[in-house]
Amino acid sequence: MKIGVLVKQVPDTETKIKVLDDGSGIDENGVKFIVSPYDEFAIEEALKTKEANAGSEVTVASLGPSRCVESIRTALAMGCDKAIHIDDEGSGPDSYVTAKALAKVIGDQGFDVVFCGKQAIDDDMGQVPQLVAEFLAWPQVMILENLEISEGKAKATRRVSGGAKEVYELTLPAIFGCDKGLNTPRYASLPGIMKAKSKPVETLKISDLKGDANNKLEYSNFRMPPEKAPGKVLSGEVGDQVKELVRLLREEAKVL
Amino acid sequence: MSGQFRQGASWLLTEVGKDKIFIAEDMNDEQKAFGQTATDFVTKEVIPVSEKIEKKEAGVSVNLLKKAGEIGLLMAGIPEAYGGLGMNKVTTTALSENATHQGSWTVSYMCHTGIGTLPILYFGNKEQKEKYLPKLASGEFIGAYALTEAGSGSDALAAKTKAVLSPDGKHYILNGEKMFITNGAWADVITVFAKVDGEHFTGFIVEKDFPGVSHGKEEEKMGIHGSSTTTIVLEDAKIPVENVLGEIGKGHKIAFNVLNIGRWKLGAACVGGCKRVIEHTVKYVKERKQFGQPLADFEAIQMMIADMVIKTYITESMMYRYAGCLDDAIDTLDKTDAEYEKKSLKMIEEYAIEASIAKVFGSEALDEVADLGVQAHGGYGYIQEYPVERFYRNSRINRIFEGTNEINRMIIPGTLLKRAMKGEIDLMGEIQRILSQLKDGFAEVDIPGTLNNKVNMVNRAKKLAVYVSGVAVQKYMADIKDRQSFLLDMADFIIEVYAMDTAIGRTLQLLEKRGEDQCELEIAATKIYINDTCARLLNHARQFCANVAKGDEEAFGKYDKAIGRILEVTPICTLDLKATLAEKSLDKEGYPI
Ligand SMILES: Cc1cc2nc3c(=O)[nH]c(=O)nc-3n(C[C@H](O)[C@H](O)[C@H](O)COP(=O)(O)OP(=O)(O)OC[C@H]3O[C@@H](n4cnc5c(N)ncnc54)[C@H](O)[C@@H]3O)c2cc1C
Repeated sequence: MKIGVLVKQVPDTETKIKVLDDGSGIDENGVKFIVSPYDEFAIEEALKTKEANAGSEVTVASLGPSRCVESIRTALAMGCDKAIHIDDEGSGPDSYVTAKALAKVIGDQGFDVVFCGKQAIDDDMGQVPQLVAEFLAWPQVMILENLEISEGKAKATRRVSGGAKEVYELTLPAIFGCDKGLNTPRYASLPGIMKAKSKPVETLKISDLKGDANNKLEYSNFRMPPEKAPGKVLSGEVGDQVKELVRLLREEAKVL
Repeated sequence: MSGQFRQGASWLLTEVGKDKIFIAEDMNDEQKAFGQTATDFVTKEVIPVSEKIEKKEAGVSVNLLKKAGEIGLLMAGIPEAYGGLGMNKVTTTALSENATHQGSWTVSYMCHTGIGTLPILYFGNKEQKEKYLPKLASGEFIGAYALTEAGSGSDALAAKTKAVLSPDGKHYILNGEKMFITNGAWADVITVFAKVDGEHFTGFIVEKDFPGVSHGKEEEKMGIHGSSTTTIVLEDAKIPVENVLGEIGKGHKIAFNVLNIGRWKLGAACVGGCKRVIEHTVKYVKERKQFGQPLADFEAIQMMIADMVIKTYITESMMYRYAGCLDDAIDTLDKTDAEYEKKSLKMIEEYAIEASIAKVFGSEALDEVADLGVQAHGGYGYIQEYPVERFYRNSRINRIFEGTNEINRMIIPGTLLKRAMKGEIDLMGEIQRILSQLKDGFAEVDIPGTLNNKVNMVNRAKKLAVYVSGVAVQKYMADIKDRQSFLLDMADFIIEVYAMDTAIGRTLQLLEKRGEDQCELEIAATKIYINDTCARLLNHARQFCANVAKGDEEAFGKYDKAIGRILEVTPICTLDLKATLAEKSLDKEGYPI
């Protein structure tokens, strides 16, 4: 099988995000970048799929600035075979154009199946995979909880709100958005890190892939959310506390 | 790489900046990725079961070692031919530094990859290496090192454990008891030292399942509760003759050389410990409020954080410098040479002084940083629920094992003087030069930029260290080797000279790379450290000379005048520098450099 994984490089979850003084974007100075955590589940699922299907190959694709190659190396160290870095040429984040470019790469590569995270944890847009599926006219299942693949077909389980599950049977090629709980991502082992050095990384340019698509989003200003006011601790008899709570909810918070 | 050989301790006589040192910033992507895997592993696998580790719940720590083995964390330093990755010391520094989030487990891990594995790696013959190293690399076997006995701790060669050849000549029969052995209850293979016929100090590779080998109960310790520390009991233990490690009667070579590497590895782990304490502390002081404001807003707390960061910067600089220096030296050797390991050992021995410095400085830095961390936490720092409490208790052992800090301190001038006697390092010539410079004046160097004055101070501090050592040696001649007070003081001068030389060396290299405005924190840490240290050394030198003069006022007057000529310290305003260090640390919620 030809297996693809889409990986996005994002700021570490523990990063203190700072906005540039002129509000034009995020201050990347000193920020540590990592593979988006949901994408780690995608990488693991791709590797498991490879291991279950002899002769398969896993290709990572990542769109972004040149620093993305570090995250690509992490995916290669985990066990992916080769990679494509799509240089964003400073075009700025835009789900539509990103999906156009990725769809073109996926089509050209002729993948049988593509895995990605259900969303990237930086802007949490959660729409690139669906757009890619749409552009390719492929089936897609997001928030994937379980997957079985055999003979060109897949049975995919996804969680929906309220604790219910949906089970889809579909024909490959398809794209799957992976969620926590699907698997336990492996570590980039030390021997894996060494092997990753010599695995091929091809670089493409977004301008050669996106066709006539143009950004749909325009970023005008970045601001930090206002600071949360400190909470209130009530004291006294339980009965009085309840009364006071109801009063506060009604009169101050105005939610009742 | 063709490598570069630098003579051990040559920095003492070399002007600041003349030698390019290895700095942490020069690590390549692969080395950083290795460090990241160690961090990921410890934070995701080890920290969540920290309580179980501390209670020594059966199997927890050992399973984690084996899991670490699966992802390659035990194999980095072992050659490829024996199931390892053949990585250099800089790489293993990155691993040691990043495996430090759970102190007890850190000790188990460091013991396994260090003193548990290294004796076989450096002294084993081909068969022994083939038999044991792949299993140590994968974690199938856990390693330990048994040198200490009840009656022989610092005096390691006084071991009573005895080995006698069996009548059929196939086994050595060992009798004795080893004490305080890390990984004692868990180890599958242990390097044990015993005296053949009660005389010839020798290393043996002992498997836990050999007949007559057992371990005692766990010691109740002050800290590192989750690590195993037991006796290893040898009762007519039958050790096959092919398990003799190295030559009969040459066990001391193994013991001391392995400790040399162990000492630097311990220092490297201390760097990580310092960083972890800073992380816990800055997060805490941002949360906790008193007098209506976060502790972090108090200048008193900021000063503590700045001091923690400064100490960590110096320690980190030192460990990477040592590792890079050793790598450079080993790179001059031919890997295919049959004597490669033996020659590598020569290189390790060459840097015995630096290894002892790394051990002493690293362990004391972590103690200071952990102490400040507890203090910044107030009462909560004394409560077990807060990790900093554990770092404080765990840190203490570092000054005791792998050679107490006193033993290591005495190795420093002891080795230096021995080398000077043999003419390997020109201390005597330098003393003569200093004496004539005292008459004619010292030349200043002119290095453009903000650190010029500090460069000159460190150059002078080197001369001060040599001068005071010369004063003592001139008075006591060969007897100096028994004058511990002087030796310990001399060690202090030499250690601090290495610390300052390393810090300023790193910062100068960064300045050249990134420019002054991108090195604000490094410059601040370097300036403060050098100023504080030189001021302290100045006082210390006067006290030292007063002790040498022993009431002879005229002699003291002469020394005192010379000291004043060699080093002058003008205090600098450190408030803004420290505030910046603290601010950046609070901002990053960790070590900011
Ligand atoms: C938790 C733990 C783990 C350990 N792990 C291991 C291990 O895995 N393998 C192993 O072999 N050992 C291990 N040790 C032993 C450790 O290395 C020794 O405890 C250490 O070397 C000191 O020896 P000692 O305890 O006998 O102290 P002593 O040698 O009795 O020292 C007591 C004091 O006297 C000082 N002193 C001793 N001799 C001199 C001298 N000549 N001049 C000046 N001062 C001197 C010392 O510096 C110290 O301050 C461990 C110890 C502990 C506590």
